[in-house]
Amino acid sequence: MYVYDQVDRTIVAERVAQYRDQLRRFQAGTLSEDEFRPLRLQNGLYIQKHAPMLRVAIPYGLLSSTQLRKLATIARKYDRGYAHFTTRQNIQYNWPRLEDTGDILADLASVEMHAIQTSGNCVRNITSDEFAGIAPDEILDPRPMAEILRQWSTFHPEFAFLPRKFKIAVSAAAEDRAATAFHDIGLHLEKDDSGGIRVRVLVGGGMGRTPIVGVVIREDLPWEHTLTYVEAILRVYNRHGRRDNMYKARIKILVKALGPDEFARQVEEEWVHLKDGAGLLTREEYDRVAAYFVAPAYATLPSVDAAQESRLADDAPFRRWVGRAVRPHRVPGYRAVVLSLKPTGVPPGDVTADQMDRIADWAERFGFGELRVSHEQNVILPDVRLSDLHVLWQEARAHGLATANQGLLTDIICCPGGDFCSLANAKSIPIAEAVQRRFDDLDYLHDIGEINLNISGCMNSCGHHHAGHIGILGVDKDGAEWYQVSIGGADGSSAGRGRSAIGKVIGPSFAADAMPEVIARLIETYLALRTDGERFIDVVERTGIAPFKTRVYATPVASSQPAEEAADA
Amino acid sequence: MPEIILRDRVVADPWQVLRPEAGAAPELPAGPVLVPLATWLDQADALVGRGDAGVWIASHEDPATLRAWLDRLPLVAVDFPKFTDGRGYSIGHLLRTRYGYRGELRAIGDVLPDQLDYLRRVGFDAYAVRADKDIRDALRLLTTFSEPYQNSWEPPLPAFRRVARGQVTELPR
Ligand code: SF4
Repeated sequence: MYVYDQVDRTIVAERVAQYRDQLRRFQAGTLSEDEFRPLRLQNGLYIQKHAPMLRVAIPYGLLSSTQLRKLATIARKYDRGYAHFTTRQNIQYNWPRLEDTGDILADLASVEMHAIQTSGNCVRNITSDEFAGIAPDEILDPRPMAEILRQWSTFHPEFAFLPRKFKIAVSAAAEDRAATAFHDIGLHLEKDDSGGIRVRVLVGGGMGRTPIVGVVIREDLPWEHTLTYVEAILRVYNRHGRRDNMYKARIKILVKALGPDEFARQVEEEWVHLKDGAGLLTREEYDRVAAYFVAPAYATLPSVDAAQESRLADDAPFRRWVGRAVRPHRVPGYRAVVLSLKPTGVPPGDVTADQMDRIADWAERFGFGELRVSHEQNVILPDVRLSDLHVLWQEARAHGLATANQGLLTDIICCPGGDFCSLANAKSIPIAEAVQRRFDDLDYLHDIGEINLNISGCMNSCGHHHAGHIGILGVDKDGAEWYQVSIGGADGSSAGRGRSAIGKVIGPSFAADAMPEVIARLIETYLALRTDGERFIDVVERTGIAPFKTRVYATPVASSQPAEEAADA
Repeated sequence: MPEIILRDRVVADPWQVLRPEAGAAPELPAGPVLVPLATWLDQADALVGRGDAGVWIASHEDPATLRAWLDRLPLVAVDFPKFTDGRGYSIGHLLRTRYGYRGELRAIGDVLPDQLDYLRRVGFDAYAVRADKDIRDALRLLTTFSEPYQNSWEPPLPAFRRVARGQVTELPR
C-alpha cells in the first residue's frame, strides 16, 4: 500500500499543527463558532447529539494492520472502545472530547492517517473498489489513480469552499463496486487497444433530496489528463454551482440545469486551457505511485485444497459462511474474506477495539498485513489462503465476526441515525435491529437470496437508501418518527445486475414498530412472484412496484403509533 | 488608517472601497478608490486616467469582462461576501493564470486569517483581513503548508514536477 514520503508527512504534520492552533483560538474565543465550524468540518469533526464526532479517512478503503491497531488504540484511549465504519470508507468515533481531537489527529498522523476533508464543502475522501488489486474481473488497479487524486484534492487551494460537498469514486473492474454513478464524479478506468489507460468520466450522480444517477460526459480521456479534467469540472462547478440554497448546491443540480451536453461543453472549454499544463500527469509519477500497489509475494498454491474440500462437505455452518463471506481472488489458492459487521443487535458497521485488534492480527497471520473496508460497512481480509479459511472462521466465530449474511437481507447498510446524528429525522439502528430479529432464520435468509436493504435516518442519505433494493428513509412528521419505503434502487454492483437506479417510494410512511412486518410483506410478495433464479431486484424490475404496494397496503400493519394521515402520502 | 497585509507585511492602506447602494449613482471620492465592476465598465476611460482608481469584483461576476483593462489597473480586488463563498478563489486564479493580471490582487470582504494560505496560492498578494481579527497574528498563517501537492498560481508546479518524491527510508509495509 502507499507509504508516505517526506511531502505527505510534512503536509499531515502541518495539518495537525494548523488544527491545534485553530482549536486553541476557538477555545480562546478569537475564532467564533461560525468561523470554526467550516474549519473543523474539513477535519472531520462534527458536534453531534451527545458529543463531538470525528470522522477519519480510509483512503479508497485500504488499511494496514498497524493502522487498524492504532484505530483500536484511539477507540480505547479517547472513546468508548468502539468505532463505526461508514458507507464512504471512513471510520467514525462517536464520543471523543473536543479537547482531545488534536492529540487524536497526531496519533493518526503517526500511522499515516488523517481526518482531512472527511466533511465540509470540499472534495471528500476518494473512494474505490474494496477488492482492488485482487478481483478477478479487474481491468487494472484503481488505487494508483485514487491515491493521485487523494493528493491532488488534499488542500487544493481553489476548491476548499465549494458550494457543497464533493465526492469522487474510482472503479476499474467489470463490476462497479464503488457506486460510481452516485458520486459527484465517477471515474471508470479502462484499457485501450494499445494497453494505455483511458478514463470514462461521469458527473452529477448523488443521493440526498434529489437523487440522480450520474451521466457520462467524457469517454476515452487519456489517463494523464485525469487531474486537469477533474480540475476543469471543479472550476465550472465552483463558479457556477448554486450557493443560494444548500439543497440545490450539489453539482448534480448544475448539471441538470445546464443539461449534460452544455455542462460537458463548459468543462471542455475550461479544460482546453489546462490540458497540457503543469497538472498533466507524468508517467514517472504514475509509476512511482503504482509501485506501492504491486502484488505482494503470493505463494504458488494449488487452486483446490483437499482439506478445505472435505471440511466444506462435512461442516454445514462453515459451508454456509464460505458461501457468503468468501469472494474470488485472482491468484489461485487465495480468497478474499468479507467479515460481516452486521450481527443482530450490533449497530451495522460498528466494531469494537478488541475486534479491531483481532482483525489486525488475522490480516498479518492470514495475509500480508492489509485490510479493506467496503461501502457496505464490512471489513475484508484480502489475501487468505484456502487452507486457512477454516481456522479463520473458527476464530472469527469466537469474536462475533463470522455472521454468514454478506449480501443478504440482514447485511443492512445503515447510517448512525437519530441515536447519534444531530441531523437525523428518525432513528435507523433500531429499525435495522428489528428487521434482523424478524429475519433471524438463516435458511430463510439464504432462500431469499441477494438483496440490499439500506436505511438512512434523513434525506442526507448516508445509508444509501435510494440505491437499496429496499430503501428505508426516516422522516419526521410533527415530531414523530416515520419511515418511507422505496424499492428497486440499485448501486451499480452485480447484486443489482450492474444497474444503477433510484428506488421508487411505495406509498405512505410507517411507524417504527411496523417496519419488520412491512419488510416481511415485501419479501413474501417477492417469493410468491419469483421464477427460477430471480432475485428480489429482478422481480421489482419485471413487475414494477404495483404488486408490492398492493400487498403491503392490503391490510393495515399493526402499530402502537397512531396511523399516518392518508393525505400525508 | 486601516491596515492590510501586502505580500508578507502589514501596511497602512489608503484605498477606499466604494460600495454604492443598489440603484444609487456612485459618488467618487477623492483619493485611491476601488469601484464596483459595473462602475468601472461604465467609466473606465475616465477612471484609468485618474491613476488611483481600481476595481473590485463581486463573487458572482465574471473576471473576463475586465480583460481589456488589466494591464492598466493598479489594483483589482475580489470580494468575499462570506468566507465560505469560494468563488473568489477561482476568480483570483483566472485573473492571474488565464488573463495575465500582474498588479496587486487583493481579497476584501469576509477575509479571515485561516484563508490566507489558500488565497496566496491562487494568486492573491494582498489581504484586507476583517477588522475584528488580529492582522499581525494572521501573518503567520500566510504559509500554512510548506510543500503543497498541487500546482496553482503558487507554486506553479505540482509536487510531482517540483520535488523528488518517494524519499523515504523504510520499506512499504
Ligand atoms: S442520513 Fe441523516 S441521520 Fe443518517 S447519518 Fe446521514 S445525516 Fe445523519
